[in-house]
Amino acid sequence: MFDHISIQLLLGQLLIGLINGSFYAMLSLGLAIIFGLIHVVNFAHGAQYMLGAFVALLMLNHLGIPYWGALVLAPLVVGAFGYAMELTILKPLRNLDHLYSLLATYAAVLIIEGLMRLEFGSSGLPYNSPLPGGINLGFMFLPWYRGWVVVFSLVVCVATWLLIEKTKLGAYLRAANERPEIVESFGINVPLMMSLTYAFGVALAGLGGVLAAPIYQVSPSMGSNLMIVIFAVVVIGGMGSILGAILTGYLIGIVEGLTKVFYPEASNLAIFVIMIIALILRPNGLFSAPESSR
Amino acid sequence: MNRALMLVLLAVLAIAAPFYVYPILLMTVLSYVVFASSFNLLLGYAGLLCFGHAMFFGTAAYFAGWLLKNTALSIELCFLLSALSMAALGWVVGLIAARRGGIQFAMITLAISQFIYFLLLRAPFTGGEDGLQRIPRSALFGMFDVSSNLALYYVILAFSVLAILVFYRVVHSPFGEVLKAIRDNEARVESLGFIPERFKVLALTLSAGLAGLAGAMKAAAYQIATLHDVSFHISGTIIFMTLLGGLGTLTGPMVGAAMIVLLNDYLAQYGEWALIIQGAVFLVVILFFRKGVVGEIEARLKKPGRV
Repeated sequence: MFDHISIQLLLGQLLIGLINGSFYAMLSLGLAIIFGLIHVVNFAHGAQYMLGAFVALLMLNHLGIPYWGALVLAPLVVGAFGYAMELTILKPLRNLDHLYSLLATYAAVLIIEGLMRLEFGSSGLPYNSPLPGGINLGFMFLPWYRGWVVVFSLVVCVATWLLIEKTKLGAYLRAANERPEIVESFGINVPLMMSLTYAFGVALAGLGGVLAAPIYQVSPSMGSNLMIVIFAVVVIGGMGSILGAILTGYLIGIVEGLTKVFYPEASNLAIFVIMIIALILRPNGLFSAPESSR
Repeated sequence: MNRALMLVLLAVLAIAAPFYVYPILLMTVLSYVVFASSFNLLLGYAGLLCFGHAMFFGTAAYFAGWLLKNTALSIELCFLLSALSMAALGWVVGLIAARRGGIQFAMITLAISQFIYFLLLRAPFTGGEDGLQRIPRSALFGMFDVSSNLALYYVILAFSVLAILVFYRVVHSPFGEVLKAIRDNEARVESLGFIPERFKVLALTLSAGLAGLAGAMKAAAYQIATLHDVSFHISGTIIFMTLLGGLGTLTGPMVGAAMIVLLNDYLAQYGEWALIIQGAVFLVVILFFRKGVVGEIEARLKKPGRV
């Protein structure tokens, strides 16, 4: 039945799946941090990822800042933008039903994407790869840049996970999530910490955007196409579970790649089928403890 | 007394309207009024945010279009069948999603709607990116010709009134009271011996049925059904309409729907700005006028009279 499938095709799709998975993991990680720690479903995550890619592109074209500079600067710019967004539209909604902050970020997407389309049009803009060439692995050709993306995103994911789970700062964050008034009595500015948490999650989305710029075309709609997949990843992994988001991100990327090999027509559907099955079998998410339901 | 007068006035307006306003625009308003009411039933009364409500609207548009094109069924049967089939879809979605409330429900319905979007993109009968075109308007009861815009308007008006009556009866029934109680305090309702999950599934079933009717009416009015009707954009718009009009008020979402359809009709000439303005208005409503237009008016009217 699968005679037509060569090992090259299989490994090639597996690699594409791993690269897509790297983006899924990094973005759903940011989304999970924002949701888990400050209870905001950040619908603007995709738009912020897109902004990261655009900031990198504009830095290169107008300021002459190369990719490696943008990798550091663009997330800071996008993070600052996120901080401003938190102060203006999310902070006033903090004590209300979470639905309002979700809808506020959705409204922000309409404005951000609309303005970007007005300025840059809807077609994709190219960003030259900072690491041209690649290596022949014998069974396939691996461009250097794609290898870099896989390694770098893995490092970012692990580092962020360690930061939240193993450091004192992370402990404060998690404590502020459970009992803000007690953490405040330690002399910690909890509202500021929450704003900065949002900014950090947004900066991660921006970083993802910079990484994506040389692989995908830079366009105003690049984020919204990804957004719904990211949501599905976060639901499958367990809302607010950081490790769950990372693992599910890679898993979904690889499964998607494999579906493209075995049954290409269903590759768009695979994620959602997995989500529905996961919801029926493990309604709290694949990687969350049963009692941590919200 | 006052209310009866209002209703008579509204009826006269609705009957006279197509002689002064383009009937297709009016039919769009009516479709969205029904669609917004169906959404209000879920979010306003049951407290469930369905973030992919377009799946019922858009799928019904395809289904009704296909029935009108390929069967000899009369138009009212096509509408009813679309509503029933979407109620069935709503029931299935409810079984998957109603286990979780709040944000999770929103994200799950969003993902399911996306699943349906891709399914319809691939399905052989939907015409892919082109959509279903040149949908005929079959005769009413198999005898009366309703292919003119004016005649179809009255059919759609009748169905809309029927749908709103259903909506009104549902939210004012004991069932509706339980829904509101679940919205306000689910644990308490459960402790009284109700099973909230069942009520939520039923609410989604009814809401999906009404949304299905709205989608079928829209397909008959425009004579096309496209992927846009199933897209996330429509799901977002319907939330906006409901919030703008006034969440949980009976008439608010209908007013919001009419306002947005007319606003979009006006803004269509400004292209990209239309969405930006919509987003900005939406943001202002969320930040400062969470009660919506009708909600604010009701609150102002109530204040002086009562203590």
